[in-house]
Amino acid sequence: MTEIIVVTSGKGGVGKTTTSASVACGLARRGKRVAVIDFDIGLRNLDLIMGCERRVVYDFVNVIQGDCTLKQALIKDKRLETLFVLAASQTRDKDALSMEGVRKVFDELIAEGFEYIICDSPAGIEKGAHLAMYYADRAIVVVNPEVSSVRDSDRILGLLSSKTQRAEKGEEKVKEHLLLTRYSPRRVAAGEMMSVADVKDILGLDVVGVVPESPDVLSASNAGTPVILNDESDVSKAYEDAVARLLGETVPLRFVDEPKKGFLARMFGG
Amino acid sequence: MGLLALFRRSQPTANVAKERLRIIVAQERTARGGPDYMPTLRRELLEVIRKYINVDPDAVQMNLEREDGQEVLEFTVALPERKKV
Repeated sequence: MTEIIVVTSGKGGVGKTTTSASVACGLARRGKRVAVIDFDIGLRNLDLIMGCERRVVYDFVNVIQGDCTLKQALIKDKRLETLFVLAASQTRDKDALSMEGVRKVFDELIAEGFEYIICDSPAGIEKGAHLAMYYADRAIVVVNPEVSSVRDSDRILGLLSSKTQRAEKGEEKVKEHLLLTRYSPRRVAAGEMMSVADVKDILGLDVVGVVPESPDVLSASNAGTPVILNDESDVSKAYEDAVARLLGETVPLRFVDEPKKGFLARMFGG
Repeated sequence: MGLLALFRRSQPTANVAKERLRIIVAQERTARGGPDYMPTLRRELLEVIRKYINVDPDAVQMNLEREDGQEVLEFTVALPERKKV
């Protein structure tokens, strides 16, 4: 069985690619065969976050147009045996991706025995985003606790329930999960930021993960190492928890409450 | 950073965000599920009402609800307080 998961958000810069990379790594760490695909045609970036940018020879559009085989275009991760990356094309032709082309690539990945296909959606609600979600079984909706991100996610939820294959065929609907990023328990406690419960309430989704705001995310992207692989980091732990929940495990939420500070820390802002 | 900044607390605005989102998301969901004429209908009804009463555009709420195969169009206008003469 292959499960197709789209990582989407509507708004840009909320952490779709970071999430795609970390979820893909997390699943592969558990021995799953995973392909992670960049759907952001023209603005390739997943390769950088995965740290394989210099190994991109062929891309997604090359496979669809028959310039190469899928095997030639899949980049095998150097850290995890069962993880493969398919880079986006840098072409400016937005129509290079087609519904049939994407289906063909998915069918081949399924035949190859991949258990998970992670689709890293571009921002916006245009063709690339539509294709990334079209065949999905599940959707991870990445949201920042901020008004424009929440509103855009709601638009995406509308599209998931009307513009996907499952919706069009009247099949069981796409399973939607909420993943909050850049969460600051301190600011939530101060009433400056919407809480997990607030966002959950507005969007009406189940929470698959809450990732705390952290400098580790930038360090990870600087280094080309998906942040989940930095085991010391709270961000890594939060993504590991999210992966466990995706796999059906029940894991309590961490990093959502403000850590209790001692007297000195409070005085000196430690 | 000035010394004053140490004492100034930033405003607790999370509740405002939540309330604003609750309203706009509900409104957009209605428009999404509903027929295409909804935005025009809302605008034209508002124009008619404003011929007689001076109301704000956001004093008007339109909701389309589906219950047991029936559709109910609900149109709520909050009237401005009457000024005492």
